Amino acid sequence: MDPILLIVFLPLLAAIIGGLGNRALGNTAVKTLTTGALFLACGLSWPIFLGFVAGLSHEYTVSVLQWVQSGSLKFDWAFRVDTLTAIMLVVVTTVSALVHLYSWGYMDEDPDQPRFFAYLSLFTFAMLMLVTADNLVQMFFGWEGVGLASYLLIGFWFKKPSASAAAIKAFVVNRVGDLGFMLGIFGTFLVFNTVSIPEILVRAPAMAGSTIHFLGGEWDTMTILSILLFIGAMGKSAQLGLHTWLPDAMEGPTPVSALIHAATMVTAGVFMVCRLSPMFQTSPVAMDVVTYVGAATLLFAATIGTTQWDIKRVIAYSTCSQLGYMFVAAGVGAPGAAMFHLFTHAFFKALLFLGAGSVIHAMHHEQDMRFYGGLRKHIPLTFWAMMAGTLAITGVGIVDVVGLAGFYSKDSILEAAYASHSVAGSFGFWMGIIAALLTSFYSWRLMFLTFWGKPRWDQSEHVQRAVHDHHHGHGHAHGADGTAGYHPHESPLSMLIPLGLLSLGAVISGFLFHHEFISAGTGYFWQGSVTFSEELIHRMHGVPTWVKWAPFGVMITGLGIAWYGYIANPGFPAKFAGAIKPIYTFVYNKWFFDELYDRIFVRPGFWLGDKFWKLGDIGVIDRFGPNGSAWVVAQGSRLASKLQTGFLYSYALVMLLGLTAAITWVLVH
Amino acid sequence: MLGFPILSLMLAVPLVAAFICLLVNAQMARTVALAATLANFVLGVVLWCQFDVGGAQWQFQESKELFSGFAWKLGIDGIALLLIMLSVFLMPICILASQGIEKRVGEYMAAFLVMETLMIGVFAAQDLFLFYIFFEAGLIPMYLIIGVWGGAERIYASYKFFLYTLLGSVLMLIAMIWMVQEAGTTDIPALMAYDFPVDAQQWLWLAFFASFAVKMPMWPVHTWLPDAHVQAPTAGSVILAGVLLKMGGYGFIRFSLPMFPQASADFVWLVYWLSMIAVVVTSLIALVQHDMKKLIAYSSVAHMAIVTVGLFAFNTQGLEGAMIVMLSHGLVSGALFLCVGVIYDRLHTREIERYGGLSINMPKYALFFMLFTMASIGLPATGGFVGEFLALAGIYQQSSLVAFVAATGIILGAGYMLYLYRRICFGDHKNADAAAMPDLNLREWAMLAPIAAAVLWMGVYPETFLAPMRGDIRYVETRLAAAKPTGDAQLTAGKPAARQDHAQHGGAH
Repeated sequence: MDPILLIVFLPLLAAIIGGLGNRALGNTAVKTLTTGALFLACGLSWPIFLGFVAGLSHEYTVSVLQWVQSGSLKFDWAFRVDTLTAIMLVVVTTVSALVHLYSWGYMDEDPDQPRFFAYLSLFTFAMLMLVTADNLVQMFFGWEGVGLASYLLIGFWFKKPSASAAAIKAFVVNRVGDLGFMLGIFGTFLVFNTVSIPEILVRAPAMAGSTIHFLGGEWDTMTILSILLFIGAMGKSAQLGLHTWLPDAMEGPTPVSALIHAATMVTAGVFMVCRLSPMFQTSPVAMDVVTYVGAATLLFAATIGTTQWDIKRVIAYSTCSQLGYMFVAAGVGAPGAAMFHLFTHAFFKALLFLGAGSVIHAMHHEQDMRFYGGLRKHIPLTFWAMMAGTLAITGVGIVDVVGLAGFYSKDSILEAAYASHSVAGSFGFWMGIIAALLTSFYSWRLMFLTFWGKPRWDQSEHVQRAVHDHHHGHGHAHGADGTAGYHPHESPLSMLIPLGLLSLGAVISGFLFHHEFISAGTGYFWQGSVTFSEELIHRMHGVPTWVKWAPFGVMITGLGIAWYGYIANPGFPAKFAGAIKPIYTFVYNKWFFDELYDRIFVRPGFWLGDKFWKLGDIGVIDRFGPNGSAWVVAQGSRLASKLQTGFLYSYALVMLLGLTAAITWVLVH
Repeated sequence: MLGFPILSLMLAVPLVAAFICLLVNAQMARTVALAATLANFVLGVVLWCQFDVGGAQWQFQESKELFSGFAWKLGIDGIALLLIMLSVFLMPICILASQGIEKRVGEYMAAFLVMETLMIGVFAAQDLFLFYIFFEAGLIPMYLIIGVWGGAERIYASYKFFLYTLLGSVLMLIAMIWMVQEAGTTDIPALMAYDFPVDAQQWLWLAFFASFAVKMPMWPVHTWLPDAHVQAPTAGSVILAGVLLKMGGYGFIRFSLPMFPQASADFVWLVYWLSMIAVVVTSLIALVQHDMKKLIAYSSVAHMAIVTVGLFAFNTQGLEGAMIVMLSHGLVSGALFLCVGVIYDRLHTREIERYGGLSINMPKYALFFMLFTMASIGLPATGGFVGEFLALAGIYQQSSLVAFVAATGIILGAGYMLYLYRRICFGDHKNADAAAMPDLNLREWAMLAPIAAAVLWMGVYPETFLAPMRGDIRYVETRLAAAKPTGDAQLTAGKPAARQDHAQHGGAH
């Protein structure tokens, strides 16, 4: 059996057995089964990836079963393994295996653990189906499968109304994107008469410059197809306009946020654009759209990230912003850089989320950073892991020497944007530079609020409740030191090991693999699975020195501002926010997207539904239709008073009379 | 081929059992009904196994002249085979779901069994008037089921059902008489191959449309459906949604499209507009319902609109997709009504607000309900996806606007179904009586599990269902070929040279 089949189907098997076995098997059995399956899948994935890194492997496709054949529309359940897939395989299985392990500790007190682990494994299966798809429909299968798993996991604590609301929101907003994706697939089939990805990519260049009619207008064929597919990517990757579900998705347990809403699922859109990069390349307009949307998102999300108090929401907006960077790279024709950032981001963002989970675990489910402070000494291992993540995301490193993961990948995106010499690229570059400053600021703000300063825990209801439960019987032990007598504990080993391994990834993954991902002369690695022109790579290396140092400069500036505001002069942020009150309110309320959508989509939808029902169906159709004709009949036939009981027989009679007439007619003629 | 007239046998088994049910006591009637429907299911499996996929268009034909111009003619193609299978598959499940009926059990079971005979008859009839009898008479047991075993408003509901149907059937009968007169035969295969005069086609098409649109049901002649569903007992709803609604679609694919291809092309705008309105309007109406059955009934109207756009897409994907949506919707909406029935049996209310938090005390139920909810939304790996995907891919080739509007159903559908699921299964317990409800028992499990298996099968390996009808769809397509309207895409040729040099597989040097 081909290893790819084991990698994909082991998590499914574990999910089915674990999910259906549930309480009959017990917590430990299900957890061991699912976690074991994932580590096995992970162990099988790395050799595939390293094979491509070493230039020893070549792409191949394993076809398992015919799926649909309808006229010329044919597609199979088939698994394609190439460089792009191999990258995603290691990202997905590694993070998923570590998140499974982490959840042993994090979910230890949950009464519903088998269900949780089964969902996690189910998600992994769907994600693997997505990244191994050799046709657009199977990609859509994975796309919807991860959506389902995300829905189930966001709503895992389904008793909480906010969790089930967030779950629906995530699903429905994603469906808006899916509408674009589906129309894109239909259009692609119409134009190319196939949904096979390799065939589409081969034929796409020949269709450049052709036109097609869509919704009454005349469009450039490749532009409209690419944009429709990109709308799907925007939904899944939470880009501006379709991003509103991602912050709410933080209602799910934190390991879920790390796996789905940081490292893997949300990067599916980026993966799709990279997978189809030869197709997107045929339309400069579509490429510019990708760049602009990515650039707008990365800045927009970063501004919101600077104002939020919930530790998970800060990281969620940070994710949204980092995804914007990846789209900028894809849009300026550097999918290699986009995939590199996807790769490194998976490690350091999963690390930040799991680190935040460890903090939340220590602080008895308190997520508001206003009630943290001084945690560095209490949970030192978590602190150092978060430190590694922060250094990685802010891109600490010395140009041309060495650096952490984000240093290599983010800088290569900015260089590519600059080197593209296009208006969109320049826009992306400058937005990226500003956002890098904001990234550094909100990341250090998070660190300073959480780990530095004096404890401010006594204000937290969660901590108070924990203290109350512990000290029940001998009064309230209010410490004057702001701790309320609470002692945070470091997380168990099952949570610390994933943190350690991901820290390692955050530190070295950029250094180890930057040559393969973003250097010239690495055709043996990419093997044409994405379009990455050598010429652009050369231009990237030739950008002016100030461009290379600019990210470093803004990173230090952001750190400085955060240090000034949250260490040196803690009263300053409130004063500053007061001074720019309207802007602050606007940003703090997430640019009022939720309120806007509620007014223009949700409420009118319900209002219209009510009117269509009560005025349309009941008020018009029923009134003038059946009820109206009943009235006419009743008026006209007062003699036949038994309408209610007689109708069945009168109906049978009419039918029989009709038939008799019919047969008579036939007989006579 | 078999040595005995299997179709007549499949019609006879439930009919004989119906007579027996009228004579025996309640418990015996339940057993007889279950045994008869299971026997018919076995016969159905035999039928399918013996069906020669890719063989003759019409198989298992039987013919017996009764009197001049009227014959007992049966026979099936792949389309009819699949719909017969749907009927015989759902029937034993309906009998199982009716074990709680205490009032006039013998008559109840007899009504269901007669209905099974008539449903199979509709799909198997090859004589026009024989079809008409089955088609119209099939509704009589349904009137009885709603009118006798229904809820409080059952009289109003069955009367509405009657009024709508009467209008359509009278017009259809007149059209049939004219057709027989013109073509000189009542043989359906012969009529399918007959080219009716183009100027007459429009009138004939409209007459048939009046009947099929009501059965489908299409907006705006759909308002009988929510009332009928709400008042019908659970098994009645399952058959209504599962099989009776499919008669409209079957009518289009068997009569309107192959017999009047030119008129079908002339009236596509009518079908498209009614379908587009149906998807948006009934989906939004489903969103604001407080009654579980009404919500699912409105969702059926929206799904059937996908069927009509698929049928009138005039291409393979559209027609095959429409068929798969019909089959899948038959299973899924049937299963959803069973899910409603399960909790209705426990709490005796369809009011959504009375439930909540059922995932806590009924986890098995919540799992099945989730599966069918997702199948209704059209998640890949369920039959709903394959059908909707093909139907929409088909219509896209004709009109991107229709495809776009019909596809908004996937957003709205997710909205109202997940909102329903949330109010029933998620959240904390709201009412003590709902919180005390026990999980699925063995009987309920036996009703839902086979449907779940079929839905997943249809989603993962739809070839089982696509293969038998492939040839028949191709036949309909050839009948339509001459009249087929051109699509609105107007694709022009590309000018590829300009960007070839730029960035093609650049990393591969």
